[in-house]
Amino acid sequence: MREFTDGSTAIVRGALDGGCNFFAGYPITPASPILMQMMRELPKASGVAVQGEDEISSIGMCIGATLAGARAMTATSGPGLSLYSENIGLAIIGEVPLVIVDVQRLGPATGGATTVGQGDVQFVRWGTAGGYPIIALAPSSVAECYALTRRAFDLAERFRCPVFLLTDKELNMTTTTVEVDDYEKPEVRRRSVLPASEPPYRYLPAADVPPLAQYGGDGLVRFTGSTHDERAIITKAPAKVAQLNEHLRAKIEDHADEIELTVADLQRGATTLFVSYGVTAGAMREAVTSLRAAGKAVSALTLQSLWPVPERAIREALTGITRVVVAELNHGQYRREVERLAKAAEVVGLNRVDGELISPEAFEEAVR
Amino acid sequence: MIPPTTITALSTYRNDTPYPFCPGCGHHAILDHLNAALVSQQLDPRQVVLVSDIGCSGLSDQYFATSAFHGLHGRSITYATGIKLARPDLKVIVIMGDGGTGIGGAHLLNAARRNIGLTVLVFNNFNFGMTGGQHSTTTPAGAITATTPGGNLERPLDICATVAANGAGYVWRGTSFDKDLSERMAEALRSECFALLDIWELCTAYYVPSNHSSRKTLATTLDELGMKAGLLHRASYPEYAAAYRDASAPLRGKPLPAPRPIAPRFASPLDRPFRLVIAGSAGGKVRSAAKLAGEAALLSGLWAAQRDDYPITVKTGHSIAELIFSPREIDYTGITRPDAMILLSRDGVSKVGRQLAAMRPEDRVFALPDAGEIKTKATVRVIDLATSPMRLGSGQVALYSVALALKELGVIPVEALEAAATLRPGELATDNAKTIHAATA
Repeated sequence: MREFTDGSTAIVRGALDGGCNFFAGYPITPASPILMQMMRELPKASGVAVQGEDEISSIGMCIGATLAGARAMTATSGPGLSLYSENIGLAIIGEVPLVIVDVQRLGPATGGATTVGQGDVQFVRWGTAGGYPIIALAPSSVAECYALTRRAFDLAERFRCPVFLLTDKELNMTTTTVEVDDYEKPEVRRRSVLPASEPPYRYLPAADVPPLAQYGGDGLVRFTGSTHDERAIITKAPAKVAQLNEHLRAKIEDHADEIELTVADLQRGATTLFVSYGVTAGAMREAVTSLRAAGKAVSALTLQSLWPVPERAIREALTGITRVVVAELNHGQYRREVERLAKAAEVVGLNRVDGELISPEAFEEAVR
Repeated sequence: MIPPTTITALSTYRNDTPYPFCPGCGHHAILDHLNAALVSQQLDPRQVVLVSDIGCSGLSDQYFATSAFHGLHGRSITYATGIKLARPDLKVIVIMGDGGTGIGGAHLLNAARRNIGLTVLVFNNFNFGMTGGQHSTTTPAGAITATTPGGNLERPLDICATVAANGAGYVWRGTSFDKDLSERMAEALRSECFALLDIWELCTAYYVPSNHSSRKTLATTLDELGMKAGLLHRASYPEYAAAYRDASAPLRGKPLPAPRPIAPRFASPLDRPFRLVIAGSAGGKVRSAAKLAGEAALLSGLWAAQRDDYPITVKTGHSIAELIFSPREIDYTGITRPDAMILLSRDGVSKVGRQLAAMRPEDRVFALPDAGEIKTKATVRVIDLATSPMRLGSGQVALYSVALALKELGVIPVEALEAAATLRPGELATDNAKTIHAATA
């Protein structure tokens, strides 16, 4: 059985099924359908949805609510993500689980309001001062919008950090057909709450992630956006600050394999590899079908997790490949990540930044 | 850590760490009054969250044995709002400086407007004490600061008047020297509303030496600015976190959205993707007609995709719906060359020139006479609305044209479109079914 639906609806359902009970957002196309649906649906689940006075307050409320026990999500597009920047840093240093949906549109600034783009890929990675790792997932279909939203809630809890769901105008606002059985339901872990006897932070071993300390429980809970010791007391002691920062790095980078999520469609004998993500990966799949029907060997790798870079899957897919085509709706933001891994192969970009999609024909033409 | 069970009367909510503030700084007195207010209320410290802003006052939370949140500059009210909304039973106290009321002005206004149950203490010393004595939104006109060496040219923000005019439940102004400060804080803590205390004080590091200010000049400045002190405002608007829960109560437990599968009941002869573009005007029900066609495709065992394009001014200009029907899953929703187009207006035609130009003689165009000149190699059929057996309202023309075109194209059975119209029963369903019938009978 199939339904006629869109990515926004799938994200909302994924969030609700994944335990989301707090949402705050500010209207911006193409993310507004998520805000409107969350405003309508969350009260039914005894949750809270608010329209903030701006994007800054929206993400701020999400962070506060999370510390008070909520599982929070916010959704925006490029200009709103710019305003999230300082609070993304706060969520990183304070180790706040949070799901941030970025429904990309063509930028910069107001840009192509509202046409499709994938220009925020490096922005979400480096979008706050200081430069610390985050996690980003990128669904390439409506069914994946559902599954990866659930996955984002699970990862946010597992690693106590902001997790981005990077989608785009096309995935969120185009209605399409989904086989209902294709909605995968990855397990979303429950929140484990820190016992009152333990301090709210822990830095050793560096890659370990202690449970979240929540307000209103059996103990006193401190939270700070300044460099801090395990008790959340502000410190500038170099040894302690180094421990904190190494922890923020290691807890994500040392678990890259656990986060990595890709779909490898590799063909024996193929020397060309397509690499893509998001809506562009859909056109890639159509092109692969056509090319193989025409007797051409080609491999394809869909990246469902973008950050940290799924290096293991990319390296495996590169075996025997002499030419890699990295397709994305920007000037080649992810190509550089593939280039540094593809030592033997030539890496070329298939790019478009005019508010239109990359077509399957463009993929087919990119094969020599 | 506080043990989880018994609560004995607390004589202090301070911890053992001494304050870090400059000699003579008003923060000492204000925080002592806060401690006294907390003692007088005997609140469970685990139920109290001190949310501090940035600036010297932002250090305050570290000296209290309560829960605490120290965030970013000007945003303390947003975190506090989130905490209060998630846990309305917690007592949430915001400590911010006059700097925070500037950079966080939008949050201050809107929190007041919501009357969210926070106690906001503004440590107002008329300048940025932590960063070198720069002027703030509350610096009086003429005052000398690090960034107003010739005297401040801006007039100060009247914080109390602003929040009082915008929905706050409790507004008080005074100074760090006031004997009743802790009683006023306790009063604010007891009132479940947006309660703000604008507490004027001395910054002995910067503002005092630059402006020869003193306890006495706080009073004269008040007079010069025409501002009042004391309890300035009380109102009884509903508190937002409670109001939200009251308003949500009737919805609680209602079913959450689930997939809405459409079971195929008809068959389609399509063996390849078919691309149909409908180009009309805003308000012409183009998108809803296209949605019925998409659902009809699912009812016929096909896959469908619908991509809409319309200007941000939704009631004027073009409205385009691009549809794909396919026997296979659709992974790419762009359309370069449509198999068919339905042209309903000049607005629509003006946006689809490239697609019309890409069409070939075997492709089909259905056009209303109003659509104007059409440049295409496709075979064009003009739709004559006069042949309709029923009078068509402007909201029915799109669906009528879609039904007529689908019948002629033969890609989806007309019965499937009729069935799609009745998927959501109601008056509209009846009207739509009649329109489809009129076009295809």
